[in-house]
Amino acid sequence: MNCGLALLLGGFALAAQLAAAQGVTMAMPEKIEAGASFSLQTTGGGKATLYIVGPPQVLKREIQLGATTFFAEGTLPNAGHYAVFLATESSTQSASLDIVPESKPATLDFLAKPSRIQVNLHDGITGAIYVFDVFHNLITFPLPVSFELSSPSGAMQKRNAVIREGASWTAMDSTAQQGMDRFVVRMAAISTVRVVAQVPGDPCRLQMSARLASGQLHLATEPVRDCSGNAVPDGTVVTFTETYQGGQSTVDVPLKQGIAEVQMPAQSGAMISVASGLVLGNQIRWEK
Amino acid sequence: MSKSLLLLTLFLIISPNGWAQATVREEQPNLQGSPSPPEQTGKAAIRDYLQSWKNLSSALEQNRPELLDSSFVGIAREKLSETIRQQTILGAHSIYRDRAHDIQIVFYSPEGLSIELTDKVQYDLEFVDHSGVKMVQHLSARYVIVLTPAEVRWRVRVFQAEPE
Repeated sequence: MNCGLALLLGGFALAAQLAAAQGVTMAMPEKIEAGASFSLQTTGGGKATLYIVGPPQVLKREIQLGATTFFAEGTLPNAGHYAVFLATESSTQSASLDIVPESKPATLDFLAKPSRIQVNLHDGITGAIYVFDVFHNLITFPLPVSFELSSPSGAMQKRNAVIREGASWTAMDSTAQQGMDRFVVRMAAISTVRVVAQVPGDPCRLQMSARLASGQLHLATEPVRDCSGNAVPDGTVVTFTETYQGGQSTVDVPLKQGIAEVQMPAQSGAMISVASGLVLGNQIRWEK
Repeated sequence: MSKSLLLLTLFLIISPNGWAQATVREEQPNLQGSPSPPEQTGKAAIRDYLQSWKNLSSALEQNRPELLDSSFVGIAREKLSETIRQQTILGAHSIYRDRAHDIQIVFYSPEGLSIELTDKVQYDLEFVDHSGVKMVQHLSARYVIVLTPAEVRWRVRVFQAEPE
């Protein structure tokens, strides 16, 4: 932004922010966009030292009173509220100056949670963003933003929101299909992407069958799926329990290629059940 | 007093140097749809933010960036450290004395990993140049603060003033 625009931003009325003492006055904008050039006009004669002091920056300039001092672009990049001191040999004058963020977003800090989630959870995926300008100043005035969550099947959820105080957020449903979803936040010409893995939920139903093999009872489940039809991942533990004459045998088996299978003693009259997590499957009573 | 301006919690801050206490007023949160933080979370964030003013003041007075570490992180710490570096080059230092805070929680991220406050702060700035000349100004500004959780406290990640 050029110097003239900086003065315009500050406003002509307030451009004459005057602090007068002993014949010396200074005039500068009260408000400047971060990184913009600006100028300081003074009256009087002789040398003076200008300090612009704030938590994010301290600037010192030796200036000639009675002249215009120009400050190049990038001189004050950090948004904040600054004290301005003009020190001469005989006096110190003060004023204040606000540096405001650039209006154009440059970076979006986007945090999506979780990175891995079960399918079919309402509002299970959340995203929060903070918006910064190119100088890493938080842009605090309202701006539109959109969040999009798209699944491999092409299904997309979209939410429009408004950035307030530099921040916004949304919540999305995980969809019925497993896979890698793209969670995108868009603002003006910039966007940021996060990937959310949607994984199958708990088994929906368990169905096993039994047959005799080499004198042992061979038990095997049908392919185990969640309630949306997604294959439950290998490694999920399935528990087989055989109860016979008051005794009980239990075997935990991980799913392999979608099914769990095991061999257990073939006891006539035994009751065999299968379960995974909180899901109970069918029961079989084995009779020779 | 209207309900929206209710919740007046008065804290007293005593600076390490024993200067005047700052009054702290805590407004009711103005979250506008974002999740509401648990009460203890909000109180902890505000407590740690107020502590950050003490650490800020000490660090800028003594030109010791390491004094920022317990309260500031990320961009806020980088910018304040740069200020200390500039002051050191100039042989100057500054003393920030917070006089009054009016704090409001304005955003809490749904995963609980950030909380944002605004604070209408009144404070005095005393800037001392290399020759020992003191320049003093009373300031008031609206600060926007973003804090993120660290191991045992909230740390300030964004510390930015804007026109009131």
